[in-house]
Amino acid sequence: MLAKTGIPTPDDLSSKLPSEERLQQGPVAIVECFTPIPCDPCYHSCPFKAFQVFQDINDLPVLDFTKCTGCGACIAHCPGLAIFVVDYTYQPDRGLIKIPYEFLPLPVAGTEVITLNRSGEEIGQGSVVRVQNPLSFDKTAVVWVAVPLTEVMAVRHIKVGVGPDER
Amino acid sequence: MVLYTDLLVVGGGPAGMAAVLQAADSGLSVILLERYDQLGGQLVKQTHRFFGSKDEQAGTRGNVIARAMEEELEQLDNVTVLLEATALGYYEDNILLVSAQHSLKKIKAERIIVATGAAEKMLTFPNNDLPGIYGAGAVQTLMNLDGVVPGRRVVMVGAGNIGLIVSYQLLQAGVEVVAVVEAARQIGGYLVHAAKISRTGVPIYTGQTIKRAYGNGEVEGVELWQLDHNWQGIPGSERSLAVDTICLAVGLRPLTDILVQAGCQMAYVPQLGGDVPLRDDNLKTSNHRFYVAGDAAGVEEATAAILEGELAGLSAILELGAKEGQSLEVKKRTVKKKLDKLRKGPVGEKIRAGLLKVRRDGNAGKDRYSHTG
Ligand SMILES: Cc1cc2nc3c(=O)[nH]c(=O)nc-3n(C[C@H](O)[C@H](O)[C@H](O)COP(=O)(O)OP(=O)(O)OC[C@H]3O[C@@H](n4cnc5c(N)ncnc54)[C@H](O)[C@@H]3O)c2cc1C
Ligand code: SF4
Ligand code: SF4
Repeated sequence: MLAKTGIPTPDDLSSKLPSEERLQQGPVAIVECFTPIPCDPCYHSCPFKAFQVFQDINDLPVLDFTKCTGCGACIAHCPGLAIFVVDYTYQPDRGLIKIPYEFLPLPVAGTEVITLNRSGEEIGQGSVVRVQNPLSFDKTAVVWVAVPLTEVMAVRHIKVGVGPDER
Repeated sequence: MVLYTDLLVVGGGPAGMAAVLQAADSGLSVILLERYDQLGGQLVKQTHRFFGSKDEQAGTRGNVIARAMEEELEQLDNVTVLLEATALGYYEDNILLVSAQHSLKKIKAERIIVATGAAEKMLTFPNNDLPGIYGAGAVQTLMNLDGVVPGRRVVMVGAGNIGLIVSYQLLQAGVEVVAVVEAARQIGGYLVHAAKISRTGVPIYTGQTIKRAYGNGEVEGVELWQLDHNWQGIPGSERSLAVDTICLAVGLRPLTDILVQAGCQMAYVPQLGGDVPLRDDNLKTSNHRFYVAGDAAGVEEATAAILEGELAGLSAILELGAKEGQSLEVKKRTVKKKLDKLRKGPVGEKIRAGLLKVRRDGNAGKDRYSHTG
């Protein structure tokens, strides 16, 4: 249970996910923010105004998936590191996840990393496609990781520098 | 020698700095005291992005917020900042005694804003004096200011925001966090913070606490046990974790000694962290010279501390007859509205309940000091 473990269950997640149809149309943000807290940078950072207007700073973020382009601009602005972009259309057999990442060393594009799920269990491997770390992200890097399509909804973290051979 | 000033602000955290910034164009003389060698209070140690409203810089890292406020402060020529200056005590003849860089100073002020923040609470358990047991604040100071890690394998006690955030910062520093232990049945901090550490593989154990620490001359491990519904340990549920560091994040207590000495009516309000002064809706205490703001008024958050600092600052300088009174009144109303909005949601419930007990005009809580409340 989320409030006991900090790990969202499939039930918690179901209300946050776009339709299967939307997922098949290209990149889209998944906002894994489950309890109302006084926080609103997600809403302010979206250039496409895809978040429902916050009447109150304690509102839960609600995303209009038809407006979200999956650009990822909101990811680094969320202090909860709770926003991920998933793209099921990246390749025929692989999807792409954009993950906020604040650990050193940063991964390097073209390398492999170990992928972890929401409980920190190892799932498999992913290929780092790109690492965004501009000044405007203020040290929260956004790592683009390609993983098998079946793992796109499970992978939420990566482990760098411990490839399978080095372990 | 006695230093005279219109406004004295004790504590250079976000609340104190925000208070001083209000006096920018007031023409009043202002002194700001800070016991450390830099301004910023808790903020200088906060390397994570802040929650709160975008207007009060949410999404920005705490240390960056502190720097920005300090830079603004440096522009003011009516403000004297005394660093390494600790307010020691307050005397009846309205003298505040200050130890300033190893000399003693006496300061007399028309109005005093106490923004001294809060101190960490301790936990009692056998062997809690072993080297290797730290408060979360100390761990943050070591890591984020001094660049020193406290140990290699840490257990964190407390899953409130501070416990969760400091666990995350330990992980960032390359320290292994073996577990986060929380006595309550649920995680107290924001679940997004919990999720951040869960996905790195750190387990959070709720309904458990420390039974004892063990080790020969230093921490070598910790024994945990489960708690029943009366918060009593359940014999037979013990288990040991080998750790070299125990980090305690079990809450903060407002630092209000000066206000007690000034005879302000106090009340014990658990929702606000402990003994706090009664105050009116301008944050003025029962001693007409004294205001309170920030964590010293009740343990809350930086956004609230900044807004309270602004409110106390504006109220004090209005009383002192600042030049542009009209516009300040308007500003004060805006700040009050923002505070109300911030505290509206479920997270603010505790604070709202606490604040009901400290109203100088309302049904205040019982006064433990002067017996007049
Ligand atoms: C780990 C952690 C994470 C946090 N994360 C967040 C967050 O994400 N968002 C958020 O909004 N808030 C957060 N906070 C809370 C926030 O930092 C505090 O609420 C805020 O700093 C309170 O401001 P303040 O000015 O009242 O007190 P402080 O920041 O504590 O400042 C008080 C100052 O007074 C000085 N002082 C004390 N006594 C004396 C004396 N006798 N003489 C002279 N000087 C004195 C102290 O040295 C200190 O500098 C966090 C706090 C911690 C510990
Ligand atoms: S991914 Fe881009 S479009 Fe979608 S919510 Fe975030 S910022 Fe807005
Ligand atoms: S910025 Fe992140 S943590 Fe804050 S409300 Fe939005 S999604 Fe939640």
